[in-house]
Amino acid sequence: MAPPSKRRPGFSRRAQYGVFIGYLVAVAGCLIAVLLLAIAIIDPKGFQALRTAAMDVTAPISNAGRSVAGFFSGIGDSIGDYWRAGSQNAELRAELETARRELHSRQALEYENRRLHALLGLAQETGDEVTSARIVSSSFQSPRRFATLAAGSGSGVTAGMPVRSSDGLIGRVLETGRWASRVLLITDGASNVPVRLVRDGTPAMAVGRGDGSIELRTLEVGQNPFRRGDVLVTSGAGGIFPPNIPVAVVTGQAGERAIAQPIADPGRLDFAIVQPIHQPAADGDLNAARPVTPAAPVPAPPQPAQPQAQRPAQQNDPRYQPALQQQAGQNQAQTQAVPR
Amino acid sequence: MSRIAGSETEVVIGDLRRRYVPLISTIFAMLLGLLPVVNSSLWVPDLAFLVLVTWRLVRPEIWQAQVALGLGLLADLISGAPLGQSMLLWTLVFLGLDYADYLLGVRDYWLDWTLATAAILFHTAGVWYIALLMGAKVSVLVMLPQLILSILAYPLVARLVLRLDRWRLAR
Repeated sequence: MAPPSKRRPGFSRRAQYGVFIGYLVAVAGCLIAVLLLAIAIIDPKGFQALRTAAMDVTAPISNAGRSVAGFFSGIGDSIGDYWRAGSQNAELRAELETARRELHSRQALEYENRRLHALLGLAQETGDEVTSARIVSSSFQSPRRFATLAAGSGSGVTAGMPVRSSDGLIGRVLETGRWASRVLLITDGASNVPVRLVRDGTPAMAVGRGDGSIELRTLEVGQNPFRRGDVLVTSGAGGIFPPNIPVAVVTGQAGERAIAQPIADPGRLDFAIVQPIHQPAADGDLNAARPVTPAAPVPAPPQPAQPQAQRPAQQNDPRYQPALQQQAGQNQAQTQAVPR
Repeated sequence: MSRIAGSETEVVIGDLRRRYVPLISTIFAMLLGLLPVVNSSLWVPDLAFLVLVTWRLVRPEIWQAQVALGLGLLADLISGAPLGQSMLLWTLVFLGLDYADYLLGVRDYWLDWTLATAAILFHTAGVWYIALLMGAKVSVLVMLPQLILSILAYPLVARLVLRLDRWRLAR
């Protein structure tokens, strides 16, 4: 026997209207949802108060369970490591080779750097952090790559600040609540980080692919200077990320593009460091940015001397009037005549 | 469990359980998204959506389509998705399932799974497209592991929900 229709509650008019109004509400709700989405697309900062309040409420839950999850993700990692032991071994050996070579050149560079710093009288860049906090959760069910940081505006974190670990760059702060903030990871599809190749300084863009890897795009067309094992650091261009934070290691090529893996694995790390925006004017309001006083102009190369009498001395004077030139010329002739 | 309620309180508790177990289990599934898991690739199914669709397929009479609106708003706030994403997609799925019920009349387990697959496909595509509109230029292939695992996870979630349903209605 076919069951009675569930959507038609019987012969009662009132009940039938109830179902109809239910559908009306659902359709109207869909339209409102489309509107909300349009607002979210046009102005991602809309409804920020609501969203960040929800984040403030939910972040402590994640924070509390952090240690438990660390245990479980550790298990997952070790199982994966076991499966890939052979290929990983070869990979690691190759990596170690390049790392050792790099270490030697880096030691030389570090020594040189220290010497130059001493020469310039510059202090080492330390204490350059807003706060450090735990990364407590991430959007592991959506194609976006966000993480939640257990520090918000209460600790001085503002939107746009770069977030890094001791290993390398993690991302940048997207929005902040009072006690928690959302971080756009560098593997997200909307993240662009200006980087440069450590080996030869080639500038490139590191764009997330959404699956945990990063795509490298050179600024010159038709060139792919990246090789496996190349290390990329932030270039400091754009003014948001401070220069020379390690970002990614090139792992392979896909046609014209190079694929890299981020150096800092946000799943592994416990604490992340929030740094101030490198050059605050780069991220600020256009009107809020102060005009920079230009440096003094470079003196022109020496000109061959011209006869003094042709050029009145008052020419640079704003009160200079051509009608008085004759008189001025006479005065000058007099002044020149008198002392001699 | 005795079949006859011993006191007024037991009656009230039984009534609350009957009413709110579907709602609370769905919200619990949403909160699972807050688990402190930080992984960089996408393969975990959207559990809240899966539980919601399963409840809707198991018990079509308990929820009208507009329930998905409120639950979607809550899910958006909890997961940090752009406001309106789950509201829109979940309500559309409910309306679609209502229409499917109207067309099909009787469903069996395999038809349930097929409908759930269609709903998951639609939801995944919607989430991907909204991410694209929000500026995350992500390949569709990124969604594939989650899509497949979600479809395969349906039977498991269905058994879980059925067990909850039996407990909910137990006397």
